[in-house]
Amino acid sequence: MSGFLLNRLVQSIVLLVIVSIIGFTVLNLMPGGPLAQFGLDPGMSQQDVQRLTAQLGLDRPLWIQYLDWAWRLVRGDWGHSFRDGSSVLAVIGRHLLATLLLMGTSTALAIAAGTWIGIRGATHRYSLFDYCATVGAMVALSVPTFWFGLIGIYIFTLKLGWVPAGNMYTIGDGSVPDYLHHLILPSLVLSLVHVAIWSRYMRTATLDALSQDFVKTARAKGVSERRILLKHVVGNALLPMITLAGMQLPSILTGALVTETVFTWPGMGRLFLDSLGYSDYPVVMGLLIFSAMLVLLGNLIADIVIATVDPRIRLA
Amino acid sequence: MTSAPQPVASEDVVLAVRDLTVSLPAGMERAHAVENVSFELRRGQILCIIGESGSGKSVTANAIMGLLPRSIRVSSGAIRLEGMDLVGRSPERLRDLRGRVVSMIFQDPLSALNPLMTVGAQIEEVMAAHGVGTPKSRRGRAMELLIEVGLPDPPLMYHQYPFRLSGGQRQRVMIAMALALEPTILIADEPTTALDVTTQAQILHLIRDIQRRKGMSVMFITHDFGVVAEIADSVVVMEKGHCVEQGSAEQVLKSPSHLYTRRLIAAVPHLTGKDRVPAEAAAPSPVLKVEGLVKTYRSGSALFGRQRIVPAVNGASFDLSPGRTLGVVGESGSGKSSLGRVLIKLLDSDSGSILFEGRDIARLSEAEFRPLRPKIQMIFQDPFASLNPRSTVGQILTVGPIAHGVPHKLACEQARELLAHVGLDAGTFDRYPHEFSGGQRQRIGIARALMFKPKLLIADEAVSALDVSIQAQILKLLDQVQRETGVSMVFITHDLRVASQICDEIAVMHRGQIVEHGPPSQIFLNPKSAYTRELVAAIPGAQQSSARSAGSQSTLAGHSHK
Repeated sequence: MSGFLLNRLVQSIVLLVIVSIIGFTVLNLMPGGPLAQFGLDPGMSQQDVQRLTAQLGLDRPLWIQYLDWAWRLVRGDWGHSFRDGSSVLAVIGRHLLATLLLMGTSTALAIAAGTWIGIRGATHRYSLFDYCATVGAMVALSVPTFWFGLIGIYIFTLKLGWVPAGNMYTIGDGSVPDYLHHLILPSLVLSLVHVAIWSRYMRTATLDALSQDFVKTARAKGVSERRILLKHVVGNALLPMITLAGMQLPSILTGALVTETVFTWPGMGRLFLDSLGYSDYPVVMGLLIFSAMLVLLGNLIADIVIATVDPRIRLA
Repeated sequence: MTSAPQPVASEDVVLAVRDLTVSLPAGMERAHAVENVSFELRRGQILCIIGESGSGKSVTANAIMGLLPRSIRVSSGAIRLEGMDLVGRSPERLRDLRGRVVSMIFQDPLSALNPLMTVGAQIEEVMAAHGVGTPKSRRGRAMELLIEVGLPDPPLMYHQYPFRLSGGQRQRVMIAMALALEPTILIADEPTTALDVTTQAQILHLIRDIQRRKGMSVMFITHDFGVVAEIADSVVVMEKGHCVEQGSAEQVLKSPSHLYTRRLIAAVPHLTGKDRVPAEAAAPSPVLKVEGLVKTYRSGSALFGRQRIVPAVNGASFDLSPGRTLGVVGESGSGKSSLGRVLIKLLDSDSGSILFEGRDIARLSEAEFRPLRPKIQMIFQDPFASLNPRSTVGQILTVGPIAHGVPHKLACEQARELLAHVGLDAGTFDRYPHEFSGGQRQRIGIARALMFKPKLLIADEAVSALDVSIQAQILKLLDQVQRETGVSMVFITHDLRVASQICDEIAVMHRGQIVEHGPPSQIFLNPKSAYTRELVAAIPGAQQSSARSAGSQSTLAGHSHK
């Protein structure tokens, strides 16, 4: 196990370096830049802009800028936002909880509902339920999320008035019921597409497990169908799903660009869009590295979980 | 159907199947999986149900167990278990009987156990499912069972996961599960087909031993008359859903009355022990000369330790003359398939030389070897997986030669000729592989290999996936092809009986090494190495044959020619 972990750590570092180089390069290839917004500002002279450029270190060659940034990162300094000067980690911290709340809720919903729909679809294959689940998943996958968001707001906020249209809490309230009230619509909308994906995978995995010989063995032993499903089928069907869950993990913390924007949710997704708009390079790079680390971490956790639950890997 | 079973005292009959008809959903090849099948299983006896694929033998077993898929159902007839009719019983009632009164073991022990549960837990489950005993007593019983089926170190075995066990050990676990509640009947659906021949002999011995000790009745499904000769008390022969012959094992084996039974028995490859008459005198220079060939598999990471090194082929040396066939036999893991792949350079060897027509191909790069590729061709085991389902047979045959520069028209002409040659009609050319049976597909595979006019054919388990009667036809075709074209052949198989039919010489492989090499007469009648002796002794139906007349044909043929 330790050899495996060491191996993965080396791989992860190499990947992080590659991702950061690509991200840094692409970011700097974009026209404009952090100071472009001052170009038309009559209050800013050419000298002011040049002074600022030098102050931020943007006049140095790109590779020096990268090495400087990377070296600081290694020492734990993620840099400071161009916008308000606060440290990048603090900026991320301010948005992380909001995203965690939204994405955590919607992912939990999606996994619970997707697992149930998938298993039921497989055990009642070609039934009305299965057809509806299949068609529903197709619709959820092919219709863009923002459309669901807008339709949701139209129906449940404007017409029915059940839920608020956006934001995470009512200013001046901020009680737990208030948070939950704001959470309902965005988390449901977000979970739609994940339910679709998860239920399709779960259905396939369950069908696969159901067709295995050991299920027939269990039947021949006189084990009840219910126990066969719980003890023999679901366990084996969930194994391949762990990898999928691992891939889901990063998005729990990096948020959803579109949904957070539609519902003006103060999470990481919106932070990323805003920072891009302001050319706030340190924050954008910080988010990029943060999500790349999460992707690697998610995969690592999935592999470790699989290795723990599957005796073939644990003991091999 | 043909010969009705003699009526016996009813208390002697534990299972009686009467006029059983199982219908198939509309649109299948035939309307019934089995039709009007009747037989009886007597107390304390082993009844073998033998038939080729599609004969309905497994469907019959599943009908008895109440395990038929939803789309298939019993449409008429009766299945009486100790006087109680099982047809039409509620699923709950059948579930209660399964594992308690009737147990079943399956063909593939590698997939029949849940990979995520320990052996002990899986054995205990059958007792728990029927509410028998307490957790503690179940555990004790599981230990007893592990001892009973001859597994080593039961306390350790109890906590093992299936992946740690060999195929034979897993089948023993299956048997332990089946025996847990001392069932009246054990149904064994090809339980030894997926096992090596020595393991098969052990499992057959175990089943017979337990059956005698417990006075259990066993319904044993098989396609192998060798197995029937080993263990059966009585036999039911099935063909295309019908029961064509039944009687005592002695009677059916010695004087089969039905034409199909006779054909089936005649088709069983038997140990000839006779050397093949070569097509032509041996040429002075061998087509293939292999010396000190080594192939080692390495897995895991060398950087972080824990590397596994498996010597798959360890110093193999042999010659192969033009127009001759070398059989490479061995059990799974012996390295025989690796050897075949190294010879055709699908795998690179680590050391040693492969002189093909005097040139060492082991050291050639892929680019240097490519012009030689057409001269060495392969026939694969699985006729279903080895043909591209999206290409017509014509495309499959011509794509290779065209890639090597043969004009399209000429290639098509040759393909049509070859198809006729391997016994397929002219319409085959434009059809797709899925339209053909296993035997026909293997003919296509052979035609494909012959398109290049190869000097050397490597046949890796080329007849193993086929029914015995088809197997016999394909072996005959290969023999004919060799006599006509003078092609040399390396014939890799786990089945010594098949090897004895077609090979001029046989190399026995064990753990990567060729432990014995010689003509069939030596290998089968006068084996020099202990391993070969063990292997030959394990061949089902072999004991009777060697006792009878050494050198002549085996029991089965002996029976049928009396």
